Amino acid sequence: MTLETVGFWVVAVVLLASSLAVVLTPNLFHAVLYLAAALVATGLVFLLLEQPFLFAVQLLLYAGGVVTIVVFAIMLTERLVGERIRQTSRHLVNGAIVSAAIFVGIVGFLLRAPQVPVRPGLEADATISIGRALVGPFAVTLELLGILLVTALLGALYFARGEE
Amino acid sequence: MIGLSSYLVLAALVFSIGLFGVLTRRNAVGILLGIELMLNAVNINFVAFARYNGDLIGLIFTLFTISITVAEVAVGLAIVIAIFRVRRTVEADRLDLLRG
Repeated sequence: MTLETVGFWVVAVVLLASSLAVVLTPNLFHAVLYLAAALVATGLVFLLLEQPFLFAVQLLLYAGGVVTIVVFAIMLTERLVGERIRQTSRHLVNGAIVSAAIFVGIVGFLLRAPQVPVRPGLEADATISIGRALVGPFAVTLELLGILLVTALLGALYFARGEE
Repeated sequence: MIGLSSYLVLAALVFSIGLFGVLTRRNAVGILLGIELMLNAVNINFVAFARYNGDLIGLIFTLFTISITVAEVAVGLAIVIAIFRVRRTVEADRLDLLRG
């Protein structure tokens, strides 16, 4: 048992448990907190795959940004309605059947796929190469992404602003 | 040594759980949380494939998906708040104005 094996199983259990909690807990606020745990666990998976830069991005953008926005939205809507929003589910059996079928399909595909050889060694710190690629061949895409983020920000402001 | 397929099966499990959430939640915010889980599973796939194939493109694609997801959540929640102002509900079943 290497350190990576132990780490993988611990992170996998945490990730699956918190993901299940996200979709099963009746309290919407708790669901968001479990989502934060699942996102941090995903960041740890990136760390296991030796990508510390993506781990940092995941923490900053996802666990920091998304969770903050969702908590803000829940508090705002609860404030407007003046009561706790209960979270209910329906079609539990049908949903479980469809998800299980999708999972079996993916795993069946994986079983028939050719086995990928063992992971190659890390040549250099990927952060430097990512930075070089973002200002080199992907510069236009990066600019488009900036435009998208500004547009989304303005759109969100427009949708959520008051009546006045 | 953990193989590539372990990461892929983990991602598939998270994806299925997220899909289950999308299918069963009534609350629009709950559905958004399920979509987040599904996109997260896709990111795990991207990073695992990039790492095991020694290819940088998967990592850059992951950066783009993470950023686009943040924009999507911001707009989605703004729409939820706007709908809530008008209809006083965020239950997806009762938002059927366009059903005709």
